[in-house]
Amino acid sequence: MSAITREEVAHLARLSRLALGEAELDHFAEQLDAIVGAVARVSELPTDDVPPTSHAQPLTNVFRADVVRPAGTPVLERAEVLAQAPAAEDDRFRVPRILGED
Amino acid sequence: MTTDLTRRTAAELASSIASGEVSAVEVTQAHLDRIAKVDEKVHAFLHVDAEGALGAARAVDAKRAKGERLGPLAGVPLALKDLFTTRGLPTTCGSKILEGWLPPYDATVTRRLREADVVILGKSNMDEFAMGSSTENSAYGPTRNPWDLERIPGGSGGGSAAALASYESPLAIGTDTGGSIRQPGAVTGTVGVKPTYGGVSRYGMVAFSSSLDQGGPCARTVLDAALLHEVIAGHDPLDSTSIDAPVPGVVEAARAGVRDGIKGLRVGVVKQFAGEGYQAGVMQRFEESVALLRELGAEVVEVDCPSFDYALPAYYLIAPSECSSNLARFDAMRYGLRAGDDGNHSAEEVTALTREAGFGPEVKRRIMLGTYALSSGYYDAYYGQAQKVRTLITRDFDAAFGRVDVMVSPTTPTTAFKIGERADDPMAMYLADLCTIPTNLAGNAGMSLPCGLAPEDGLPVGLQILAPAMADDRLYRVGAALEAALLQQWGRPLLDAVPAL
Repeated sequence: MSAITREEVAHLARLSRLALGEAELDHFAEQLDAIVGAVARVSELPTDDVPPTSHAQPLTNVFRADVVRPAGTPVLERAEVLAQAPAAEDDRFRVPRILGED
Repeated sequence: MTTDLTRRTAAELASSIASGEVSAVEVTQAHLDRIAKVDEKVHAFLHVDAEGALGAARAVDAKRAKGERLGPLAGVPLALKDLFTTRGLPTTCGSKILEGWLPPYDATVTRRLREADVVILGKSNMDEFAMGSSTENSAYGPTRNPWDLERIPGGSGGGSAAALASYESPLAIGTDTGGSIRQPGAVTGTVGVKPTYGGVSRYGMVAFSSSLDQGGPCARTVLDAALLHEVIAGHDPLDSTSIDAPVPGVVEAARAGVRDGIKGLRVGVVKQFAGEGYQAGVMQRFEESVALLRELGAEVVEVDCPSFDYALPAYYLIAPSECSSNLARFDAMRYGLRAGDDGNHSAEEVTALTREAGFGPEVKRRIMLGTYALSSGYYDAYYGQAQKVRTLITRDFDAAFGRVDVMVSPTTPTTAFKIGERADDPMAMYLADLCTIPTNLAGNAGMSLPCGLAPEDGLPVGLQILAPAMADDRLYRVGAALEAALLQQWGRPLLDAVPAL
C-alpha cells in the first residue's frame, strides 16, 4: 500500500503554496511515497519514556538592550530593502490583491 | 615554499604577506587568474567579485605600509558559500528564487571575515538552499570535482570544496546541516569542519533547518581550517542560539597535535558505520588510519551507538519539517522572484506560482515532506517520533564520550560518484550523509580530513573525527597529528595528486 497518494501530494502542494504541474504530481507522488516509507522507520525504536529534543542546546529566552543601531547592523536601510523588492510603490512593498473578487 | 602562490597554504600566504615577500594584491590577483583559467571547467563560483577582492587586498597592503598590525589571515583569499548574505553582492543560495538579489546586510560571518582582512574572492556554488549532497541541485548548474570532472564534488558545499581542490582559493566557508561541509571535504581531498552548534553565528546565513545548520571552515590543511575557525567563531548577540562562551583554542590544538602528538588519547570507532554500502577502498583507508592512530599512541576501542542506525530517517523528518517552515518566507512579496503578478492573480496565487517557478525539485520535495510530517494526524508518528530519536542519538553520544575523547568513522560511505548517477533518486543521494548526520542532530563537532585515495578508483577518502560539544579543539589536535603522520607516509600532500585542469 502506498504511504502517500497523488491526491495527498496535490493537497500538500496546496498547503505548501506550490503550483505543481500534472507531471510533477505523478513524479513527486512516487518519490515522496518511497521517502515516507523509508523515514517511517523511526517508529521502530521504543520511545515511550523518551522526551523529544527540538534543539541541541537547552535554550531560554535571549534578550538584547533596546537601543537604536545604525543601518546594516542589523537595522536595514529602507531604500536598500525596497530596491530589492519585486515591486515597490510610495515607499512600500506593492503586493497583488489579497482579497477575493466577491 | 612554492613560488606558485595558489599552491601555498593560507598560513604560508599570511606570513608571506606580513613579511612583505609578496603583496596581498599579488596573492589575490594570482587566485583571480587561476579562477579565470580553470573555473569554466570546475564551476566552483557563482559570482566572482574581482573588484571587491582587489580592493580588500589593497587595503591590507596599505595597512602593512602604515605599519599596522595584521591579523593571522590578513590578505588571504577565500570562497564564501552563497548561503551567506553579502551586502550589495549577489546572494542566490543556488536558487532561481533569489536570482539577482543584493542583500541589504552582511551575515556575521561575512562581517568577521571582512574585519579580519580576509579577501572574499566571490560566492561559491551549492545545492539549492543547501539541500543536497552533490551540488547538482544548484539552479545554476553543477560544480565538478577537480579529481575527475565527470564526478560530483559533494554537497551542498561542493563549490567551496572544489575551489580548494582546484587551487582557486586556499580557504572557503561552508555550512553543514547534515554533512554539507564534511562530505564535500571527503570527496575532494580537503579539510572541512562542522563546529559545535552555536559556535559560529547563523545571523545572515539563510536558514534551511535552524536547529541543525552550522557554518564552518574549509581548507586544504588542518592548521588553515583552525586559523579560519578562530576568525569566524564566537558569540554573536544577533543569533539567539549563539553560545556565549570562549571559542575553543583550535589553533593551539592544531599546533599541539603536531608538536605533542596524541599519546594516551582515547579513540572510539563507531561500530554502526561499516558494512553493507561501504566501498572497500573507503574501509581500507579508514582502517589504515585507525591503525596509524594506534601507532601514534592512541587507545582505540569500538563504541556501540545503536540509535545511529535511525539518524538518517530522523534527519529526513526533522530537516524537511524545519525547511518547510523556514522557506515559507519566500512568498514573492518582499524580495526575490515574483511570477504571475498580472493584476488578476491574488497574492496567494502569485506566491504559489512564484514558488513553483523559483524552487527546484529537491527543495519542493523537502517542503512537501516537511509539510506532511508536521500535518495534524501525522505529527506524532513522524516529527514527534523523530525528535525522540534525536534524544536517543544524543544519549548514545553521551555514553560514548564517557569512554572516549573522540570518535572516528569514514566521512561518507563511498568516494565521489558520477554526475547524474543519483540525481533523480533521492534515497540514494541521502545515503551520502549517513555518517555525518548524527553529529548535526546532537549538536556536537565534526571534522573530515583526507586519509588517502581508494585503490579501486584513485579518488579521495575522508576520515571523520567527532568530538563533544565545545570540544572542537580535540578535532584539530587529532586531525593535525594524523595529517602530519599521513604526510610523512605519502611524502607530499594528497592534493598534489589532483590532475592538472
